[in-house]
Amino acid sequence: MEVFLQLTVSGLSNGMVYALAAVGFVVIYKASEVINFAQGELLLFGAYLSFASIAQIGLPWGVGVALTLVLAVAIGLAIERLVLRPLIGEPVISMIMVTIGLSGVLRATVNAIWGPRPRTFPQFLPSGGVEIAGVVLGADRLIVIPTAAVIFVLLGLFFRYTRDGIAMRAVADDQQAALSMGISIPRIFAVAWALAAVSAAVGGMMLGNIVGLSPNISAIGLRVFPVVILGGLDSIAGAVIGGAVIGLLEAYTGGYIGNGLNLVVPFIVLILVLMVRPYGLFGKPIIERV
Amino acid sequence: MHSGVFHTSYEADMGLRPMPAQRVRLALFVAAVLIFPFFASNYGLNLANQVAIATVGAIGLNILTGYTGQISLGQGAFMAVGAYSAGLLTLRLGLPWGVSIGLACVITAAVGVFFGLPSLRLKGLYLAIATLAAQVIVEWIITHWTALTGGTEALVIPAPELMGERLNTDFRFYWVGVTAAAGTALFAANLFRSRVGRAFVAIRDQDIAASAMGVNVFHYKLLAFATSSFFVGLSGALLAYYRTIVTWERFTLETSILYLAMIIVGGLGTIVGSFLGAVFLTLLPVLIGSAGQALQDAAPGVAGLVPHIQQAAFGLVIIVFLIFEPRGLAKIWRNVKDYFHVWPFAYRR
Repeated sequence: MEVFLQLTVSGLSNGMVYALAAVGFVVIYKASEVINFAQGELLLFGAYLSFASIAQIGLPWGVGVALTLVLAVAIGLAIERLVLRPLIGEPVISMIMVTIGLSGVLRATVNAIWGPRPRTFPQFLPSGGVEIAGVVLGADRLIVIPTAAVIFVLLGLFFRYTRDGIAMRAVADDQQAALSMGISIPRIFAVAWALAAVSAAVGGMMLGNIVGLSPNISAIGLRVFPVVILGGLDSIAGAVIGGAVIGLLEAYTGGYIGNGLNLVVPFIVLILVLMVRPYGLFGKPIIERV
Repeated sequence: MHSGVFHTSYEADMGLRPMPAQRVRLALFVAAVLIFPFFASNYGLNLANQVAIATVGAIGLNILTGYTGQISLGQGAFMAVGAYSAGLLTLRLGLPWGVSIGLACVITAAVGVFFGLPSLRLKGLYLAIATLAAQVIVEWIITHWTALTGGTEALVIPAPELMGERLNTDFRFYWVGVTAAAGTALFAANLFRSRVGRAFVAIRDQDIAASAMGVNVFHYKLLAFATSSFFVGLSGALLAYYRTIVTWERFTLETSILYLAMIIVGGLGTIVGSFLGAVFLTLLPVLIGSAGQALQDAAPGVAGLVPHIQQAAFGLVIIVFLIFEPRGLAKIWRNVKDYFHVWPFAYRR
């Protein structure tokens, strides 16, 4: 029981980080049908930016987090303007490869600035153990779960009540109709990238708190794929639930079976979902079929 | 002085190299390839061998992705299958290297067909994601099926022998590599003059129209996966015999991305592009590395940054090509040829 609870908390907290990365991925995909292979690197960048502003410059952690988020918005906007916008309307392979190229540039930048060795992350979430029902659980991991939930609720409110949020839903629904209603598509793409960068940065900071900081954490970018395919490529709720499911699945296979199986199980799930139900749990069942 | 190319017979139009200028260029290129090893340093030959092996792999991937339009992120996995089957067939069964390379190609083709099955239902980015999963799964199998592959330990295989000579120097292996690359290029160039190749292209351009015109999409997609994987397996097997060491680290997702970058930078759906891309992306990190060494004394800080600059340059090259010349080096090469073809006029054929 103790192991089960610990695995559940660790799986859920990892899953929430996956979900934060996946939500950004889904927002970009919904708005512009671009598959973003650089999501893991956005997360990496967020983590290192907060490391720089809190540990290296010495800002208080609240200010450091705010600064990180502002910088993340700037990076998202810059990427969209410089890299993605010239390629609007290009074939799928160009979109995939350009984000792969982008991921290389971002990772190289992080490595060049902060070096490849792991760093001590300035933990601002309370560390230490909390005893619940006789089981000791990590406080930082316990906090990650509701924090991520709050962010998802905020995102939901954004899509429901703000002008940009509603415009994004309109674009996702029917780009032509949205265009004829006077919605600026490039603006929507820019907002999508800014949102993706912010949610990835939040994920990166959480990851820094719970597992530490090294350039390897960009590997999360690949975990995003099982998550979004399971949840449905165009569903934000799906990304959250997919994140939780994949996180738990990894934790349980890692904890009970081991042998590195936790690394490959998400991708086996991915293949199965693609075979049986390619639009995932919550995606729209329109998918390009042969 | 030319005003353009106008063929007057189907034979001329279908010809592999119909123009005298093309034949002259090809003859010059072949001569250069034959003379090169007698003048090149060992290091130059080493690079040439890497380029030859990469050319085989890039043409293989181009058959699938460039010509048939099926995006594959599983190149590294297929190369691994080729390399490990060739290595294990020699080590465990003692087969001669020629036989095990041939068998390795066939095995890789079979594995390619298996992972090509999702392509019958999935298109575009879904297929890309499925092949990404295939890559991760194959990597995991190789590192965890210790009884077969030795896990994360490297396989050490004997250097191939030809007529009593061990092909263990760059100079000797060069002839194997060049023969394989030339054979692959010739096969692919001819493939796309045949019904099969045209069917591949038709599937890429518009699969529904292709099937309406009598192309069995199901059949030809799997055939494309088989043909492509055959050559990718060949390139993996050659790499195994060239290095005489097989480790899984050479066949990760980064390998898949590297080869995709080669065919994008070179030019999707062109043979010459596969070769140019292989040359470009093999030499790019080397050039940056030697530039870093040259600057070692002048700017010691820069030398330490070289690995990062190599990584960033790789990403930047992909982005810049996609934005400014999405048809790649092959298109640039074509522009150069056209310029001289109609010189001194500026119009294009």
